[in-house]
Amino acid sequence: MAELVWISIDESPVEVEPGTTVAAAILQSDTAGFRRSVTGEWRGPVCGMGICFECRVAINGQPHRRSCQAYCESGMVVRTK
Amino acid sequence: MSEPVYDVVIAGAGIVGAACAYACSREGLKVAVLERDFIGGGATAAGMGHVVVMDDSEAQFALTRYSQQLWQELASELPADCEYVRTGTLWVAADEEELIEVRRKHQFYSQRKVPSEILDSRSLDAAEPQLRTGLAGALFVKEDAVVYPPCVARYLLERSRDLGARVLLGKEVIRLDDEGAAFEDGTMMKGAVMVNAAGARAASLHPDLPIVPRKGHLLITERYPAFVHHQLIELGYLKSAHKSTADSVAFNVQPRKTGQLLIGSSRQYGMDSPEVDRSILSRMLARAGQYIPSLPGLSALRVWTGLRAATPDNLPLIGRCPGYRHVFAAAGHEGLGITTSLATARLLIDQLMSRAPAISSEPYSVQRNIAVHG
Ligand SMILES: Cc1cc2nc3c(=O)[nH]c(=O)nc-3n(C[C@H](O)[C@H](O)[C@H](O)COP(=O)(O)OP(=O)(O)OC[C@H]3O[C@@H](n4cnc5c(N)ncnc54)[C@H](O)[C@@H]3O)c2cc1C
Ligand code: FES
Repeated sequence: MAELVWISIDESPVEVEPGTTVAAAILQSDTAGFRRSVTGEWRGPVCGMGICFECRVAINGQPHRRSCQAYCESGMVVRTK
Repeated sequence: MSEPVYDVVIAGAGIVGAACAYACSREGLKVAVLERDFIGGGATAAGMGHVVVMDDSEAQFALTRYSQQLWQELASELPADCEYVRTGTLWVAADEEELIEVRRKHQFYSQRKVPSEILDSRSLDAAEPQLRTGLAGALFVKEDAVVYPPCVARYLLERSRDLGARVLLGKEVIRLDDEGAAFEDGTMMKGAVMVNAAGARAASLHPDLPIVPRKGHLLITERYPAFVHHQLIELGYLKSAHKSTADSVAFNVQPRKTGQLLIGSSRQYGMDSPEVDRSILSRMLARAGQYIPSLPGLSALRVWTGLRAATPDNLPLIGRCPGYRHVFAAAGHEGLGITTSLATARLLIDQLMSRAPAISSEPYSVQRNIAVHG
């Protein structure tokens, strides 16, 4: 079996299978949500295929990345809002 | 029953038409505004909303400075959605040659009491960390601001309405003459004074007006709060923007109150279609990327184009149209019409009321450009 990948989500370490998307990793973790809308509502993945932009999080300091389109890499730092 | 005769009939509800409507309504004049689409539907909703003092010529300086001061007065009454923020402008110098221009500009503004300050390379880094290092410096012009133009146009027209003005949307004027405004269905609206504020389409009402469209592209990003803090423009802009022959691009980035960034700018002649031109868009973004290296990593929401109303000498046309007694022009504001809208309205109303204007209106008179018919 391939080695697991470690990433950090809101400062908590999370361990996932290689090939896991960041969105899947967030769903597997006990993180409350993905992001908040301009009016403060919680938002999360809808389409899972890069179209709706609802799953955005900050990855390695870069805001507005679509978590359903990014694969976890060791040492990745993910931030939800 | 006969239709009323208005004191002032204005064709066009962009920011210029709206500012004129407000200035006239405040004098107690009975105003009608006729707009073929919707408020701000021309260049006003497509522009950047940078309120900026310029120094290409004394006449351009006088108009932009007068107008910028009028914006500062208006700011206190503007509702929040107009997003007036006094960001100031940073004119960025890439090299030593452009730094000479920074010093010249600084002296020009100082002599005319426009607050500005020279930033050296290091203070520029500190002021705007997203700019690449190694830029030569910048001129910080402190009283420049940004606004959200379509909301300002709407606000000015709401205030005009409160004062009794009539604003008709979806109403295209096909002829504007000494009698009034004529419509397709054969009806007319009569006025004592008519104002052509039709922006880039002004010449379709009065073909003698020397106005041609000059196309520009803009891009807006997702929200990146505090990414940059000032309106940022390359000084090379002055070299590229006003050549009337070739297409040009320049680094021009504006922070919006929402945290979004507006990225410009491009200039193209001989085009009046709204399509996005991918090749000039990529040139424009490549240019911006030369100043802000992290720019390509930002997420874009939309790209659109707008048409500036360009005149041969880059000054607007404000005043009586040749060949008419009661028809006035307030058009041809090129890339500065948001800035100069308020001063335009003042120059127009002073002319209508036969008052002395705060600055000479001579350089903007319609006659200056138009060959006298023999
Ligand atoms: C990409 C871009 C960036 C810009 N950035 C800036 C900036 O940062 N700062 C700045 O000061 N300026 C800027 N400008 C310039 C500014 O947007 C314009 O100068 C300004 O909006 C002109 O206002 P206006 O009311 O004259 O024209 P418009 O806003 O075009 O209004 C004219 C109106 O007349 C209507 N109309 C036309 N024909 C008729 C008719 N026959 N009957 C009835 N109605 C008619 C149109 O529908 C339109 O609503 C920019 C422009 C562009 C394109
Ligand atoms: S879930 Fe729709 S873009 Fe990611």
